[in-house]
Amino acid sequence: MTKIDTSSPENVLPTPSHTVGPFYGYALPFPGGGDIAPLNHPDTITVQGYVLDGEGKPLPDAFVELWGPDPDGKISTTDGSMRRDPASGGFLGRNGVEFTGFGRIQTDAGGHWYAHTLRPGARGRSAPYISACIFARGLLVHLFTRIYLPGDEAALAADPLLAQLAPERRDTLIAEDQGNGTYRFDIRLQGEGETVFLEFT
Amino acid sequence: MTLTQRDIDQEITEERAAYEKRLAGGAPVEHHPRRDYAPYRSSTLRHPKQPPVSIDVTKDPELVELSSPAFGERDITEIDNDLTRQHNGEPIGERITVSGRLLDRDGRPVRGQLIEIWQANSAGRYAHQREQHDAPLDPNFTGVGRTLSDDDGFYRFTTVQPGPYPWRNHVNAWRPAHIHFSLFGSAFTQRLVTQMYFPNDPLFPYDPILQSVTDDAARQRLVATYDHSLSVPEFSLGYHWDIVLDGPNATWIEEGR
Repeated sequence: MTKIDTSSPENVLPTPSHTVGPFYGYALPFPGGGDIAPLNHPDTITVQGYVLDGEGKPLPDAFVELWGPDPDGKISTTDGSMRRDPASGGFLGRNGVEFTGFGRIQTDAGGHWYAHTLRPGARGRSAPYISACIFARGLLVHLFTRIYLPGDEAALAADPLLAQLAPERRDTLIAEDQGNGTYRFDIRLQGEGETVFLEFT
Repeated sequence: MTLTQRDIDQEITEERAAYEKRLAGGAPVEHHPRRDYAPYRSSTLRHPKQPPVSIDVTKDPELVELSSPAFGERDITEIDNDLTRQHNGEPIGERITVSGRLLDRDGRPVRGQLIEIWQANSAGRYAHQREQHDAPLDPNFTGVGRTLSDDDGFYRFTTVQPGPYPWRNHVNAWRPAHIHFSLFGSAFTQRLVTQMYFPNDPLFPYDPILQSVTDDAARQRLVATYDHSLSVPEFSLGYHWDIVLDGPNATWIEEGR
C-alpha cells in the first residue's frame, strides 16, 4: 500500500532509495548549478575534482550536490538556485546576488566536476566544511561525505568526525590546496583511497 | 559469457535468501537496497567497501546536514507539474494524474520542498541523447517535471503513462514502467532519489533494480495505488503514491531522541 496511514507510527516506514539511472541528465542538472558564489564575492573559492570508480576510472554519469554555510557559518534560507523563466519555460539561472548555499554539478565526459562557492564558516564544534552528496548510475543509494578545507590545523584537529578517523582515512575528507583559492577534492567510490562516506543517525 | 535472465534470477534468489538469513539471525529490516547488489551489474565498481562512518546528529544541532536547501516559487513555473503542456501539441499516451504526500519518518508533512520527476515517454524512450533504444521520440513530450509540496505535504503531477524499456544489464533485460523522483526534506540528511512503479506490472520479478530492495514490504512501498478519486473525468487515470523520507531531522533533537 502506498497510502501511508499516519495515525499509527509503525505504518510510517521509509520509501526505499533507487539509483538515478543513466538518464537523469536532461532532468536534474541546471545551468549555473556549480556557480554558487554571488558574482565577484571576495570569499569565493573553487572546488573541483573527479568522481572515480573501483578501478580508478572517472564517472561521466554522476553528479555532486553541495550544501554549505556562508563565510560566517550562517545557513542560507534563500531559494532561487534554479530560477525558472515563466515566459520561455526554461531556466533563468541564479541572480548572481544572493547566496543559496546549494549547488548541483554534473560530472563532464572526463568525470570532472567543479564549483565556485563561498568559503564555509565554522558551525558548532565542527571545523568548516561543505556537505556533499553523490549520485550516479550504478549507485543504489546516494553517498554523503564532507569537504573540509586545509589550513586551520587546530580546527581540523578538534573536529569530532575527523578526530575519530585513522590518518589515511581522515585525509580523504580534506581537500588539497592548489593555490589561488582553488581546492581539489576527488571522490573515490571504492578501493584504494576510498573516500569516507557518512550515515546520519 | 552471455548473461541471461536465468543467471540474474538465480542471483536475485540468492540475495533474497541471504537477506532472510540475516533477518532470522536478528538483523534489522532493510528498508533500502544494499549498495553492493551484484544482479545490478553497474553497482559492482561503484559501491564503497568500507562501512559508512556514523554521525549521531543529536550531539550537535549545528550540523550543516540538519538544514536543507530552500526552494521557492522562483524555482518552478506554474505548469512545471504538467508534463502534457510543455509543447505545442499533446503527447501520445494514456494521461495519468500522480499525487500523494511527502512525509517524514514521524508521518508529518514536509512542506514547501522541491519534488522533481523524469520519465520515459509512452513508447519507453527517454528524451536523452545517450538513450539507444529505438522506440520513437515524441516531439510533444520531454518527460521532466517539478513542483513544491503544499502545506499538507501534497504534490500533484499530470503526465502520460511511461512505457517499459529494454536495457543492457543482461540479455532481454526490461525495466518495468516507472517514474523517477528526486526529493528534499527539511534536513539534507533526508535527501532521496527513487522510482515509482505501477500496480501489477509483470516485469517486477525480473528487474534487478526493483529487486535490489530485498524486503517485500519495502518493495511494495515503491508501487503506486490506483485511486479512482484521483482520476479526472474524460481526462486521466489517477495514481496515489505517498513518500516517506528517511534520515533524522531537526525535530529529532527537539524531542530529545
